[in-house]
Amino acid sequence: MSFPWAKEYKPATEFGQWMDEKLPLPRFIYNSLGAGYPAPRNLNYMWNFGSLAGIFLVVQIVTGIILAMHYAANANIAFDSVEHIMRDVNSGWMFRYAHANGASFFFIAIYLHIGRGLYYGSYKAPREMIWLLGVVIYLLAMATAFMGYVLPWGQMSFWGAKVITGLFEAIPLVGKPIQELLLGGFAPDNAALNRFFSLHYLLPFVMAGVIILHIWSLHIPGSNNPTGVDVKGPQDTVPFHPYYTAKDGWTLGLALIFFSIMLFFLPNFLGHAENYIPANPLSTPANIVPEWYFWPWYAILRAFTVDFLFIPAKLLGVLAMFSAILVWFFLPWLDRSPVRSGDYRPRFKKFFWFGLIPCILVLGYCGGAHAEEPFVMMSQIATAYYFAHFLIILPLLSRIEKPEPLPNSITEAVTGKPLEQAS
Amino acid sequence: MVRIIGMLVGLFFSGWMLVTFVLGATEFVTNPPAETAEHKFHLKPKKVAFPSDGPLGKFDNQQLQRGFQVYKEVCAACHSLRLVAFRNLQDIGYNEDEVKAIAASWVIETPSVDPATGEASSRPSLPADKFPKPFANDIAAAAANNNAIPPDLSLITKARKGGAPYIYSLLTGYQDTPEDLPEANQPGPGLHYNPYFPNLNLAMASPLASEDMVSYSDGTQASIDQMAKDVSAFLVWSAEPKLVERHQTGWAVIAFLLIATILAYLSFRTIWADVKAEKKKKGAEG
Repeated sequence: MSFPWAKEYKPATEFGQWMDEKLPLPRFIYNSLGAGYPAPRNLNYMWNFGSLAGIFLVVQIVTGIILAMHYAANANIAFDSVEHIMRDVNSGWMFRYAHANGASFFFIAIYLHIGRGLYYGSYKAPREMIWLLGVVIYLLAMATAFMGYVLPWGQMSFWGAKVITGLFEAIPLVGKPIQELLLGGFAPDNAALNRFFSLHYLLPFVMAGVIILHIWSLHIPGSNNPTGVDVKGPQDTVPFHPYYTAKDGWTLGLALIFFSIMLFFLPNFLGHAENYIPANPLSTPANIVPEWYFWPWYAILRAFTVDFLFIPAKLLGVLAMFSAILVWFFLPWLDRSPVRSGDYRPRFKKFFWFGLIPCILVLGYCGGAHAEEPFVMMSQIATAYYFAHFLIILPLLSRIEKPEPLPNSITEAVTGKPLEQAS
Repeated sequence: MVRIIGMLVGLFFSGWMLVTFVLGATEFVTNPPAETAEHKFHLKPKKVAFPSDGPLGKFDNQQLQRGFQVYKEVCAACHSLRLVAFRNLQDIGYNEDEVKAIAASWVIETPSVDPATGEASSRPSLPADKFPKPFANDIAAAAANNNAIPPDLSLITKARKGGAPYIYSLLTGYQDTPEDLPEANQPGPGLHYNPYFPNLNLAMASPLASEDMVSYSDGTQASIDQMAKDVSAFLVWSAEPKLVERHQTGWAVIAFLLIATILAYLSFRTIWADVKAEKKKKGAEG
C-alpha cells in the first residue's frame, strides 16, 4: 500500500476530516479498493475471478444464514426440514437452490483464480504468502463444502460422510480414533450431523478472515499481471477504482446471469438424485461420488489399487490425495524460473496447456464416473502426470528452459512505447 | 532440499501409478471384464414431453388432477406421499371445499390419539394434514409387499436419475423376460422384468395393467400411456411444487440482470476509453 505513485486520500468534507482523525476507515477503503490502490493497467479477464469468488462467498453466507433459520440439525428431521424450506418457507426454494448452486459457482471462480495464478506465476516471489494463504482458503472451502453437503441428510450426504471420514481409518494406529472423533461416534449419526452443522457455520467466517490476510498480503507487492513484469512507474498502473471496479462490475453481472440460469432453470443439474432419498444406513447407493469440485482429488484417491510392500493401497490413495493438494504449499520453491508469466516460457506453456490442464480434466471426469475400467486406468495415467508435473517437470524446467525476452515495462508491452516516452 | 525431497516423492507416486497402470492394463487385456446383463439389457428412459419441461414450462392443472386421481386410485394403496399436505391440492386447481372433501374421505385415516382415553387411534384427515401413509411402519410395508418397501413418492421424480421420463418409462416398460437373459438375472419369485429398472427386476407388478383403471371426469380416454403420463406429471408437481414460481422469477431476474449488465458494460467502456485508446496506437504503428 506504499506505492510512491499511489494517490493520497484527501477528505473532501469537514466530516470526512473529523472521521479521518478518529477512525480512518474511509482512508482504509480508499487505499485498498479505491483510487488509492494502483493496479497494473494490463490485467486481463482472468484477474476478475478473485473478487468474484469473494462475492460468491458473501452469497453463500447470506443465503446460508437464512437457511439456518429454518433448518434443523437433527438426524431425525434434517431431511424434512430441508423439504419444509423448499415447500413452505416463503421463497425458501430460492435460498436453498441459490446456496446449493452458489457453492458450485464459488468453486468455478476459485478454480479459474488458482489456474490464473499457476499460469502467470503469481505464486512466485514476492507473492509466496498470498499463494500460501490462498491454498489455506481453498482447503477451508473444501472442508466447508463437504460438511454442507452432509446437512440435508440424504443418501449421498450420509454415504459421502461415511466414505470421506472413512479415509482417516486408513491411517495406521491413530486412524480409527481420528475417525471416531470426527464423527462423534462409530458411524455418521446425530453427533456427526450436529458438529458438521456447527463447523459449516463457523468455517466460512474463518475463510473470510484468511481472505482478509490474503488481500492484505496482496496489497504489499500489488497485483501480478499478464507479463509478469514488475510495475515500474505510474504509467504502468491505473487506479483500482473506477477502472477495476467497473471491469469487475460488469463481469459480475455476467456471472450472475449464468448463476441465475442454473438456479432457476437447472437447479438440480449439479446435484445427485440420490440425495433426495432420506439417509438410510442399510442401503448403499450404487455409485458414491462427491460433488463435482472434488472429482479430481477423488480420482487420485481411487487410482491407487495396488499395495506397495506393506503400505495398503487405500492408505497410499489417501496419502496421494492429500499430497496432491499439499504440494501446492511448496510450489513457490519447486518452480525456480525467474520468469513469472507463462506467456514468456515456451516449454512451461506447452506443459501447462497440453499436460496439466488435460490431466486435471481427465481426473475430474474419472472422479465422477463409476470406479471401473477404463476410467481407473485413465486416472492412473493422469495421476502419474499430476505428480510428475509439480514435483519433477517444474523443478527441472526452471533449469533447462530458455525464456523469451521480457518487455522492459508493462507500458511498453501495452503501447509499444518505452515507459519514459509514454504519457 | 525441498526440490530433492519433492522429486523423490514425485518419483514414488508417479512411478507407482505407472506400475499400477501396467498391472491393471495387463489384466484388462488378458482378462477383459465380461459385459454385465444390466449393461446389455438396461434401457435409457423413453423420450416423453411434459408441460413443465424447459425454462418456460408450466403445470397443466387438468393433467395434474388426472394424475392425482391415478395416484389416489392406484398408487396410494401402497405408496405414501408423506411430504405433501391435502391443502397443497389447492395449488393444482381444487377449491377449498373440494380439498376438505378429499381429505375427509381419504381411505387411510390420519393417526391420532383418542381424546378421551389417550389410546392410539385415528381420525378423518383435515386439509392441514399430510397424506397419511398406507402402512403403519416399514415392517408392515415390507411384509405386505414381498419384502420390498414401496418408496415414498413425494420426491420420486427428483430422487431418480432420469426424472419424470424414467417414472413414465418404468410404468409403461414391463416386458416379457427376454430369452437370452442370463439365469442369474431372471426375475425371481415375486419379481417382474422391466428393462428401465437399474437391475432389471423389480418387486412392483405392472400397476397400470389395463386401460380405464380410472375413469377421468374430464372425458380423457384413460389409456395406459395417458395414465402413466398423467401420474408422472403429478409427481413432478409433488416433488417441485414451486416450479412455475421458479421459472417466472427466473425470467424476471435474468431480464433485470441483462439490463444491469449492459449498463455496467457501457460504463466500463467509457471509463476505460482513454487507456484503450493508448493501446490501439500499438496496432496502428505495428
